[in-house]
Formats: sequence, C-alpha cells, structure tokens
Amino acid sequence: MNIHEYQAKAILRKFGVPVPDGHVCYNSAGAREWAKRLGEGPWVVKAQIHAGGRGKGGGVKLARTADEVRTIAREMLGMTLRTHQTGAEGKLVTRVLVENGCNIANELYVSLLVDRATSKVTVMASTEGGMDIEEVAAKTPEKIFTEAVDPLVGLTAFQCRKIAFSLGMSGKLVGKAVSVLQGLYETFIACDCSMLEINPLVITAENNLIALDAKFGFDDNAIFRHHKIGDMRDYDEEDPNEVEASQHDLSYVSLSGNIGCLVNGAGLAMATMDIIKHYSGDPANFLDVGGGATIERVTEAFKIILSDSKVEGILVNIFGGIMKCDIIATGVVEAAKQVSLNVPLVVRLEGTNVARGKEILAESGLNIVSADGMADAAQKIVQAVKGAKQ
Amino acid sequence: MSILINKNTKVITQGITGATGLFHAQGAREYGTQMVGGVTPGKGGSVIDGFPVFDTVIDAVNQTGATASVIYVPPPFAADSIMEAVDAGIELVCCITEGIPVLDMVKVKQYMKGKRTRLIGPNCPGVITPGECKIGIMPGYIHKPGRVGVVSRSGTLTYEAVWQLTCLGLGQSTCVGIGGDPVNGTNHLDVLRLFEADPDTDAVIMIGEIGGSSEEEAAYFVKQHMTKPVAAYIAGITAPPGKRMGHAGAIISGGKGTAAEKVSILQECGISVAVSPAEMAQALLKIYKP
Repeated sequence: MNIHEYQAKAILRKFGVPVPDGHVCYNSAGAREWAKRLGEGPWVVKAQIHAGGRGKGGGVKLARTADEVRTIAREMLGMTLRTHQTGAEGKLVTRVLVENGCNIANELYVSLLVDRATSKVTVMASTEGGMDIEEVAAKTPEKIFTEAVDPLVGLTAFQCRKIAFSLGMSGKLVGKAVSVLQGLYETFIACDCSMLEINPLVITAENNLIALDAKFGFDDNAIFRHHKIGDMRDYDEEDPNEVEASQHDLSYVSLSGNIGCLVNGAGLAMATMDIIKHYSGDPANFLDVGGGATIERVTEAFKIILSDSKVEGILVNIFGGIMKCDIIATGVVEAAKQVSLNVPLVVRLEGTNVARGKEILAESGLNIVSADGMADAAQKIVQAVKGAKQ
Repeated sequence: MSILINKNTKVITQGITGATGLFHAQGAREYGTQMVGGVTPGKGGSVIDGFPVFDTVIDAVNQTGATASVIYVPPPFAADSIMEAVDAGIELVCCITEGIPVLDMVKVKQYMKGKRTRLIGPNCPGVITPGECKIGIMPGYIHKPGRVGVVSRSGTLTYEAVWQLTCLGLGQSTCVGIGGDPVNGTNHLDVLRLFEADPDTDAVIMIGEIGGSSEEEAAYFVKQHMTKPVAAYIAGITAPPGKRMGHAGAIISGGKGTAAEKVSILQECGISVAVSPAEMAQALLKIYKP
C-alpha cells in the first residue's frame, strides 16, 4: 500500500524527521490562504498523486506570491498528470500540497528497505540526491553506501555517523544526520514499512537537514495493526478492479492482453500467463483465487475478469489438490451461468475426481472447452480467441 | 533416505484445534505421517480426534518426542509460534501460514541465529517425502516415491511439476516448498545443498519466480558444487515491474529480479530451463537419464 506525499510528511513530522511546513489543499482559494498562513514565501505547489517523476510532468512548481500559488493550484487541480510512472493514461490531480520553499545547498538520497539477501532492514544512502537511484546504482555503484540493521539492537549512532561521513558531512551536520536517520528507522519499524525513501534529503544553506520528498511503501500483511495507516489508502489511485478483487480476497493484477485467467495459486497463476504468451496469446490479468475455489469466489472472479472490456476469452486453470475437481467444476458451471458468460471459456482441471469434473463440464450444456494439461489449455484458448475474431 | 523428513519423523501441529490445522493434521495422518499431537495454548490436556493437545510446544516435545512441527496459526501470532518451536529445540519447523508481517520474520530470522532449528516457509505448502511422511497441505496422491528432488517457492506450481514427473513414471525423493515470502527460513540454495548430499536423490527440479535473487544464488552453487543434474522453471516472464504477483515476494523492484535475467543466469550455470511450465519434467529428462 502507498500513501500521498503530504500524508508521508505528516508521519515523518510525528517521528521528529524535519520536513518543510505545508498543508494539503483541495481548491485554489484554500491554497492561497494556506500559503499566507505558512509564511512569506516562496512556496512550492506539488500535485499529490501516487507516482514519481511529477516535476518533469509539470506537477511541482515554485510560486513567489500567494496569488501565484492560487494560479498554479488552479492549473494543477483537475489536470491529468502524466509521468514515466503513470503510463499514458496519467493520473487526475485532486489535491495539491502547498509548502514553504527552502534554500538547497546539496541534495542527498536516503532509503530504507528490507533486504531479502540478509533478511535485515538496510539503510541506503547516496550523494546523488534528486537522481533516479536505479540509474546511480547501475552506473556508479561506488556512490551508494549501505548499512544493515541488527533488528534486536536497531540502527546505532555509529552506523549513522558512518553513513554521514561517507556522504561527506562534517561538524554539526553529522549529529543532525544521526537524528534524522534514527528517526527514519523508528518510523520504518513503527509503521511496518516495506520501503521508505527520502529523495532528496536536502542540506540547506543554513546547514540543516530536511526531507524534501517522502515515499512510503507499507507491508500489506501488517496493515491489520495500523488502522490509521489503512485509512490513508486512496482508492482513486488504484485500479478499480484490483480494489474490488482485494475486497473478495482475490489476488488480481490487470494486464494489457485479451485472455482472462483464473487460477489457484500465485505461482501457477504466473505460469499460466507465461504459457499463454508462449503460445502467442496475450494475458489480460493475473488472478489467484486461492486455495478454496468455491462457487462464490469463482463467480466474483468471473465478474472482475469480465468487467475488463478487453477480455475476449477466459482460461481457468485449477490444480485441485485438497479441493476435489467435481466440486470445482460445479463451481465453474454455476458461476458461468450466473454471469451469463458470452466469451470462449477453456477449463483445465487436474487432481482428485478429475474425470467426474470433466463430465460435469460436458453435461452443463454450456459452451465450455475442456483441456488436458496446461499446454493444451493455453493452445485452445489462444485458438478460440483468434477464431472468434475471424 | 531422503532429506529433512522420513518415516520416523514425529510431527506436532501448532494450531491443531483450528479448522485448517485439524483438517491437514488428519490428512497427514491418513497419508501415514506420525502425527503425534498438537499445541493450542489454553487447551492443553484435551484430545481432538485422537490427537493429544498441549499448552506449549515444550510440553508437546517432552511428552511425544516430536522433532518436527507444522504451523497453521493465524498471521498475527505465527512469528511467535515459530520462535516457541525454536525455543523448544524442534529440528524442523514448517510454517504454512500466509500473510505474516515481514518485520516479524526479520526478528524471527535474527532470533534463530545459532539455534539448531531449520525453518521451512512461511507461506509454503510444506515438505513431503513420498510414501513416508507428509508435512503440510499438498495432495499426497500426486506424489510417487523415487529419486528426483523438487524445490519451489510456489505451492500449486510444485504440484504441477510433481504431477508431470509422476505421469512420466519418475518418483520423488523429497519435495520442499520454501514459500513465497521475501524473508523465509530456507532458500533454494539450502535445499540444493541437502539434495546434493543425499545419496537417494539423483536429480533436481528447481522452481522459481520473479523477485529477489534466491534462484541466481542457487544457480552459482549448481555450477560450482553440484554433481547432480538440475532442471528449472522460472514463473513470471509476463509479470509487469513494480506489481506484486500474489506472493509477497514475487515483485520486480528497481529492475531487479526479472524472469529473463534469472533464466539467463540459470542457463549460464548449466541448468536445463523449461521454456514453458508444461515442460518441467521434460526439461529434466533432457539432462537426466533415470
């Protein structure tokens, strides 16, 4: 789960990490008012969407006067912002962050994440703030410094100093860096983050550190113990089908193709997409119905797949382990009837009572093509979708 | 022989009085596994469907002599259950639970340092030595005793591979589901080491997916140290970057962990990589003559 920048900064403020004073605004008059309350300017107006690269897309602008804040806010609110992360469709801007500007002397990069290789939270820092960090890592890996944190001790002061010195800091700034880094670590742990990125962390002309931007990723598995964070979820920023699916405990990711997939198990679901591609088809989605493919779950899954207008055929691939195939087949038939399915449907069943399962599909009177094995299933649905077009 | 578990392994179920725990404990018992009891705090002293229930893991170990445990405890409490099993000196813990917060697992991993316990999972189907011992949620009947080892991050995709092997008459020595989470107890490399050392495993199928670098590390081990043939399949060629594909660990982040990258490293290391998930067993037969 992700949140907006203004929400991220509010969290950081609570943990003592310095951020610019600012306020979120939903209309241009409010933006002007808040600018005046915040100080004397200049101010920065920032479009609030869940995507990076906003500056290049015109979503971050400097204002010298409060009237200018209003003008910029008016332009931004309601615009569709396109960045390299939003895709061509872009994101609608419904709120802006107005905040005080600062005198930037130097821009740094800091992030925290769970490193899979060491199974530890790791701090990454670089002198190349404001840049695309993946590019820095690829071209100049020597400019990135990392410290792995012992979870039973936490991020120690000496580790923070090591990072600060690596980044070229000296004097009083080192102590400030220790405070900022420990604040970030405390935030990361307290909020069950999966990722926390400050890019840039700015050294100001007054020799202070300030987090100019902030990006959080939260561990979806831990949201249950952070209700306040869960409430910050902005459903408008997410694919409506993915939101709908998550409400039914279905794991769904929408893709650009035309063959819908309904599979049990995440690995098999990915493999099903891959084998469709292998036979020159194009998967429309990833969908894992989980262990129990009941009538209700399969029906919901069908509804979600079919609400995607690109879908011209559906492949159901179920390896019935504990679940018996006759029960799954009944579920698929019932669900297909309920949603009055009108695109080709290929079903591959494997596992206990598979023969009875196939009989149920055949006896249903519905236009369901039964397949033997994954390769056969993929070839049949690719063929069916092509055939329907001709 | 086999790895991790065999017909002598005594197993307890943590969370045995829950519907899932009991269902799978019964299934494992039917398969022939020595399921010797279970743990549910507060229900010690009772008996459920013939399984004695204990309040703590240490009680269960002392009374039953169990050396393995399987966990079906809900996610908020599962990390604690793992540590309780570690503290009781259990040799093998299989955590089936899906959805444990990753920072809980970071703590568990640190807690386990220097302890004798091996953890499989979390978010995994478990471990099976066909014909001898089944710990977990996999359907027993698709397996067949034999000499091919299987290791995988995914449950149903493991069943797919096992079924392909069984249909070709190739049995399995042990099948290990290591789980789909970013922080887990045992990785591909650990299991390959065990298979390499096992005199009754002749060849291995390794199933991986996008995200992390567990498959790559395993591949370098294969190149340098493995004498047995290894075939592999990597799921997620079509997965878009930045999107979690069901498993918490299945995500391409920062351009790292793509399927294409993994496949090319595996091939460089002499592993026979299946081009489609329907050909995992055939990929093994290309380099292995049973």
